[in-house]
Amino acid sequence: MTNNGNGKIKPKMTFWEKLYFPEIIHGMTITMKAMFRPKFTRQYPEERWNPPPVFRGRPVLVVEDETGVERCVACGLCARVCPSLAIQVQAAETELDKERYPELFEINMLRCIFCGFCEEVCPEEAIIMSKDFELTFSEPKDAIFGKDKLLIPRSQLEDRLEFLKQYR
Amino acid sequence: MIAVVALIKIIVVVLVVLGAVAYLVLLERKISAYMQDRIGPNRVGPKGMFQPFADILKLVLKELIVPEQANGFVHALAPVISITVALSALAVIPFGNYIVIGGQKISLMIANVNIGVLYILAMSSLGVYGITLSGWSSNSKYSLLGGLRSSAQMISYELSLGLSIIGVLMIDGTLRLDRIVTAQGSGLWNIVYQPLGFLVFITAAFAETNRLPFDLPEAEPELVGGYHTEYSGMRWGLFFLSEYTSMIVSSALIVTLYFGGWSLPYVDYAAMFPNIAAIIEIVTFLAKTGIFIFIYMWVRWTLPRFRYDQLMNVGWKIMLPLAIVNLLGTGAVLLAVK
Repeated sequence: MTNNGNGKIKPKMTFWEKLYFPEIIHGMTITMKAMFRPKFTRQYPEERWNPPPVFRGRPVLVVEDETGVERCVACGLCARVCPSLAIQVQAAETELDKERYPELFEINMLRCIFCGFCEEVCPEEAIIMSKDFELTFSEPKDAIFGKDKLLIPRSQLEDRLEFLKQYR
Repeated sequence: MIAVVALIKIIVVVLVVLGAVAYLVLLERKISAYMQDRIGPNRVGPKGMFQPFADILKLVLKELIVPEQANGFVHALAPVISITVALSALAVIPFGNYIVIGGQKISLMIANVNIGVLYILAMSSLGVYGITLSGWSSNSKYSLLGGLRSSAQMISYELSLGLSIIGVLMIDGTLRLDRIVTAQGSGLWNIVYQPLGFLVFITAAFAETNRLPFDLPEAEPELVGGYHTEYSGMRWGLFFLSEYTSMIVSSALIVTLYFGGWSLPYVDYAAMFPNIAAIIEIVTFLAKTGIFIFIYMWVRWTLPRFRYDQLMNVGWKIMLPLAIVNLLGTGAVLLAVK
């Protein structure tokens, strides 16, 4: 590269490069080789991605497999910390040891920004981020996930729980 | 009788070429995908084989938008000019020698005129009218710039294109494309005698068909879509068709002028049954043309676009002198041989 004085940088080329055609053929061999490289495309609906545990998908509530009871004690910290005010919790009393449980737990998935603050603040490790990222709704009211969609058995969430144990 | 035969030939050629264009679009998308580590269209039909029909259906169903204050008539006329001119250049391409039906020899070219090369040059230069008119009539600065670039580019490359062909014409001593093919069939292909002329011709042909690296009329980063910015639906589709058709025409022309057309070295067609020979000839011709179409696409996905001033430099300062040198050299050698 040489500077020819008027601010433009002109690359210095050898005679072979100035002929241009040899370099075109060189470039064409590169693209020809590229045609036989393995492809990056993932055939989405058939081939699905299994995200690593660090991935923050939609937040879910952990249900213990043995008892079938959710871990949540309805303290409301997640609702309090949520920056986009997506979580709504209504507590009620229960005869179980934990004494309180969420009568109503709703996450508005249109508001959720997947920040993971709810998971971080939860004292019971009851709300955690899952691997589920395929969220589509045809109506805004479908986007409000109640307990029916949020309660996920613990056995399906081992990856993330393990990750939380290790790195937090 | 002659008229009926000619009409049948026209219909067959036009249908085959338009069908080929539809699949060339798919091929181009596949090639570009493979060169970029992708798979390309594979959802419509097995391996994406019905993608062209989906594309055409989409284009046909789309609304034709004419910009306000555009010249409506010229705006509608321009794509028609483009496609008509591109298709009519096919009239003089020899696809094979002849077939025998009912004891009659039918030559495998639509019109065997004795100024074939001249006719093709005329038709390919007319193609610029479609582009320039579309640019002018759209009432859009991008379209206008695209159209102007196209005409400037055409002027710069037409000269070298014509001059590089003259070398071939001097060797074979004819303007008839079928005689150029037969002359090559009995001897060596013209590429052996005219390597420099071939390089100039193929470069000019790239510029002539507005393909990368010379697709300045539609340079999408600068001109949105160039001359067809303001076109939609099937009118845009006609421009697309004509681009691919002229690609087929110029590939066929390269094959005819420099690579022996339908002839193969060491194959004596005269010794064969004429209709079998004709089939082999057509297949040979199509295969050779296909190779050059592939090279067109290959180059497109390899080279970046030329800048406008670089294009002019290449056209006037390099290609034209090279074409003249080639012409003088061929003349001198021919004179010395005689």
